[in-house]
This record gives sequence, C-alpha cells and structure tokens, in this order.
Amino acid sequence: MSRIQSVFQSLQASGRRALIPFITAGDPAPELTVPLMHALVEGGADIIELGVPFSDPMADGPTIQRASERALINGMSLRKVLALVSEFRTTNASTPVVLMGYANPIEAMGVERFVAAAGAAGVDGALVVDYPPEECEAFARTLKAGGMDPIFLLAPTSTEQRIREVATIGSGYIYYVSLKGVTGSGALDFNDVAARMPQIRQGVGMPVGVGFGIRDAESARRIGEVADAVVIGSRIIEEIENSPRDQAVARVKNFVEGVRAALDQIQGAPR
Amino acid sequence: MQTADKPYRFPDSRGHFGPYGGVFVAETLIPALDELNAAYEACRNNPAFMAEFEYELKHYVGRPSPIYHAKRMSDSLGGAQIYLKREDLNHTGAHKVNNCIGQALVARYMGKPRVIAETGAGQHGVATATVAARYGMECVVYMGAEDVKRQAANVYRMKLLGAKVVPVESGSRTLKDALNEAMRDWVTNIHNTFYIIGTVAGPHPYPMMVRDFQAVIGAECLVQMPEMTGRQPDYVIACVGGGSNAMGIFYPYIDVPGVRLIGVEAYGEGLDSGRHSASLTGGTPGVLHGNRTYLLQSEDGQIIETHSISAGLDYPGVGPEHAWLKDSDRAEYVGVTDEEALAAFHNLCHLEGIIPALESSHAIAYAAKLAPTLPRDKILLVNLSGRGDKDMHTVAEKSGIQF
Repeated sequence: MSRIQSVFQSLQASGRRALIPFITAGDPAPELTVPLMHALVEGGADIIELGVPFSDPMADGPTIQRASERALINGMSLRKVLALVSEFRTTNASTPVVLMGYANPIEAMGVERFVAAAGAAGVDGALVVDYPPEECEAFARTLKAGGMDPIFLLAPTSTEQRIREVATIGSGYIYYVSLKGVTGSGALDFNDVAARMPQIRQGVGMPVGVGFGIRDAESARRIGEVADAVVIGSRIIEEIENSPRDQAVARVKNFVEGVRAALDQIQGAPR
Repeated sequence: MQTADKPYRFPDSRGHFGPYGGVFVAETLIPALDELNAAYEACRNNPAFMAEFEYELKHYVGRPSPIYHAKRMSDSLGGAQIYLKREDLNHTGAHKVNNCIGQALVARYMGKPRVIAETGAGQHGVATATVAARYGMECVVYMGAEDVKRQAANVYRMKLLGAKVVPVESGSRTLKDALNEAMRDWVTNIHNTFYIIGTVAGPHPYPMMVRDFQAVIGAECLVQMPEMTGRQPDYVIACVGGGSNAMGIFYPYIDVPGVRLIGVEAYGEGLDSGRHSASLTGGTPGVLHGNRTYLLQSEDGQIIETHSISAGLDYPGVGPEHAWLKDSDRAEYVGVTDEEALAAFHNLCHLEGIIPALESSHAIAYAAKLAPTLPRDKILLVNLSGRGDKDMHTVAEKSGIQF
C-alpha cells in the first residue's frame, strides 16, 4: 500500500478529513522550504502538495504565479525540488509529498529520469496540471511502476465519461477543482460542490480532495463535510508573502492549525 | 518524409502532428475544447458557413489579395524573381483578419457574445477588435505591458474599435504572458466567452482551425501563380513566429511536388547571442500553451525570454505543425537577424514603394539572400504578411529619430 493510501485509510478509520496544504518549493527562499514543510505537518497536514515552479503557470492565478516567479529568481529547479524532498525525508518518513507542476520541466528532465529521481527522493505522487489523461498514458504508467501515484484533476464541467477516464488512469486521490477559473479565484459555491461530490466520489472509487477557493477554517470545514480531503494553496502562499521572512514558518503553522481544528469538528463520513 | 503520392493528412483526431500538437491543458479547459472541436467540425462541413466566410473575405477583407512581381528588387539582386503575396493589402493591414473572421463566425455559431484575444505586435488584437465590432461582440484583448509600450498606435486602434485592452504585467510582459492571461480569462468565463487565438499554436483544435482559415492565402497563390508565371513557384518563403501566415501559405503547397517551403525565424541579435526568437532552429521540443512543439527553454525546462525587433515574432514557441514539417523535412527553417530584417525593410520601401511589417521583412530579407544564388528563371514567392505602418516608431528609433 502506498503512503498516500495508508494516510487515507487511517483517516477514514477515525472519521477524519485529510488536510492537504500547498506551498511552492523555493518560495520565499529555498532554505525555508523544508522548515515550512515540517511546519505544515506540525500544524496538522496529512499530505503536502509541493509546487514545482514553472515560468508559465497557465492554470494558476496571480498569487501562485508570484510564488513561482520568486522561486525561479531564487534559482529553484525540478532537480533542486527533488533535493529538498530528500532533505525533508531525512526527518519525516511518513507524510506523503505530492509534486504539483507543469509538464515541461519534467519533459526537459526526461520522464524516466524524473520518475527514478522522484522515487529515490521519496516523492509519493505527481499532479501535472497540463497532462490530461489522454496525453500522459506513458507518464502515468511509468510513475505507477515507480511506486508513485499519478494524481488528476476533475472540474465542475467534467463529464461522466471524463470521470471514468480519470479514475482508470489516476490513483491515490482525485483533486476536484471546486470552481471555474484559476487557483486563488473568487467565490466558492458550497452548494455546487456538495451537489456534485457524491457522484464524483462514487465515480472514481478513490478519495476526493477539493481545492481552489478555500480560504479559511470555515470554508475548509464546509468543504470537509462533503469531501475526503481539503486542499489549500493560494491562502498559504499569501500568508508566506505577507509575513516577515523570520516569521513565515510560525505563521503558516498557526494558520494550518486553525484549519485542522475546524476539520476535526466534522463528525462522521462525508455526506 | 512527405511525398506527393502520400497525401498529407494532419492532424489526427486528437490534434497530433506526429509527436507534436495535442491537448496539454488543465482539466477545466477540456470540456470547452471538446465543445469548440464539435462546433468547428460542424461549421467547416456546413456549406452555408463556408459561403459566409468566403463572402466576408471577399467583401470585407478585400480578397483575393494580389500577387506582385517585385521586378526592381529582383533586378537589383540579379538572380531569381521575387513575387510578393500582398496580405498587407487586406483590411486591417495583415493576414491576421482572415482567421479572426473565421473564428468570430464560429463564436457566433456557438452563441458566445464575448471574444477575447492575446496579441503581440497588436495586429491580431486589432483584427479581433475589428471583427468584434463588425459582429457586435464584446472584446477584451490581453497584451504584454512591454508590447503595449512598443505598439502604442495599435493599442489606440483597438480602443477606437471598442475593445478593452488589458496590459499584462506578469512574466516577461510580452506575447507569451498575454497568452497565459487570456487562457485564465477563458477558463473563468467559459460560459459566454470565445477565445480567438491568433496563431497556429495552442491546444487542438486551434492549430488546425487557424491553419484552415489562413489556408486561403496559399489556395489563392495556387491559382494566381500559374496565371502570372505559367507555373508554381520554386520556393515559398514566409516568416515564422507562431507561424500562422507561414502555415496559411505553406499548407496548400504541401502536396505540390517541387515546391520548397522555407520558414524564416527571427535571429534577433544573432542565433549565438542567446537574444533571438528562433524556436525551430535554436530550440528543443517541450510542452507550452497547450501543445507539444519546439520551445526556447532552459536546461531545466523553464521558458526563456526571447527577443526580436518585431513584436509579432517575439514568441518562445511555434505552431506544432511547423515542428512536424521540420522533422519530416517537408519544410526548411532558417533565420535572419534584426539588422538583416531592417535592411530588407528599407530596401522594399526604396525599390518597390511598399512599407512591409518588420515580421514580413524577415521573409523578404531571406529572399534577398537566396535570390542572387539562383538563376533568373527561378521563382520565389514571399508572403508579405502585413504592412509596416505599425512599425514606424521602432524603425525611426533605430535611425535615431523620435516623433
């Protein structure tokens, strides 16, 4: 069983939701990434999504694009992200790390080399935003063979057939994008998500995380009522952006603790 | 290698030109692209749609555009004869409008009242604003803040036509950043918005659809060249940034044997200087903006900043069909520098009384290099993709003149 599967299994056994925060590797500084990852875990994160910066993050909003730009100015690269994961693994052997990014840095490294290096670094999964299932059969196969989960997105506009396709090729969990738009966009429609969730969860037969538009403990709790996991990205990046450098780690931990407490108020399985 | 006995049929049903093209976008865009694909298939198989497209090209754009024998230029070079396909004479002054009319008609068929576009030099933005006015659609154009500065006249033209121009401050503040921003608008406003992409790049079906709408250029040449010269040209030459004017003139010639297709990229300050926009001759394959193609990228797979004197060629990728034509050897790709393009710009002004766009000046510059190496009975057909009025400021500045 993969680390991601065992996390979900033990959470489900205790009726809890997974909390999946996102940070961009190298933002605000490469030396703060591993401390931030540990702070996320101490604050109550179950899985970490670690952003691999890309020069043209088309599916992201301005907040995550700024994080990417800062990371690239700091010299971050896919190779260096993998080194940071290795460093994190020296003191944390249990929290799954999912890389989130775009296809081009992976293709530049070469899929085989990437999978070997990611496996060796202790990566558990990869979500490649611009690899829809039909364009990455070989990638998903290679990743699975390397013991990692290919994570895919589903959207409010995804058809029944898409849901089935994604379920066939993906593993670990599904990331449901809770609104139309890019990361960090405005309003989240809880009723929409609540109405769609049972169909998605049933259709994919694996845990479903919901992200895009979750900004505080309250919105996390409401999403947690209906989903297996809650993903928070832009809001944490803002916390990092707005903190003095020496306080970023503590403030991110504090924010994540608040979300964790709200999620733990939820009773029973997702509706 | 493509040969005449094996008809060229690309892309496949999922938008692949060999290993290039495809649909590399986030899940949120997949349903929109499926919907567009279905709508475009319906439109292109609908005789009434195609008849309206042709009517608009004839009466609104002024097609067919003529072919002009640049005799004085040819004589001054002392070699092959240079013929110019005059896309600069189109309404709005460039080839871009052909595609915009096609896509606006598809948007209308789909019931989308709002169109958005990205633009580099501003030509595609102007063409989009023009057709939006023509069909009564709301129009928003994304333009890199750097380009807004370089192309102030075109920004004003778009505003006159009723479009809203949004300067994009992210990244390198040029065409690729405008494209990112337009994609973001599209994914957010998919219910009422049609994204008019200006070049043969992006996710399927855009590279195919834009090529098909621009193919009128080459289709006219196939008829006009034998009328003028009794035969087809030996070479067809076009500049390549994203590659839409080149695909437009190349595509109908792909299955015509004996015609060499030459795409001219922007070598900027020189291919070795690192300051250029030559993705095919100086780049490597990768994934950007929804398709796999040749890209200018770092060793780590980050897209690098490009340079060209011509904003319309200043793009780190290229249409996937060009990538395929390069790999399959059906087309050849070369480049000329800023300086060579500028010299060609001035030559065409002086010798023929035609002020070409700096983009098109790249094609002319290569023709001027090639012609003297060939006998006088050889024929070069050059796509003069746009007029140069928009480049007055850039050229004047190079000569130390301020308006």
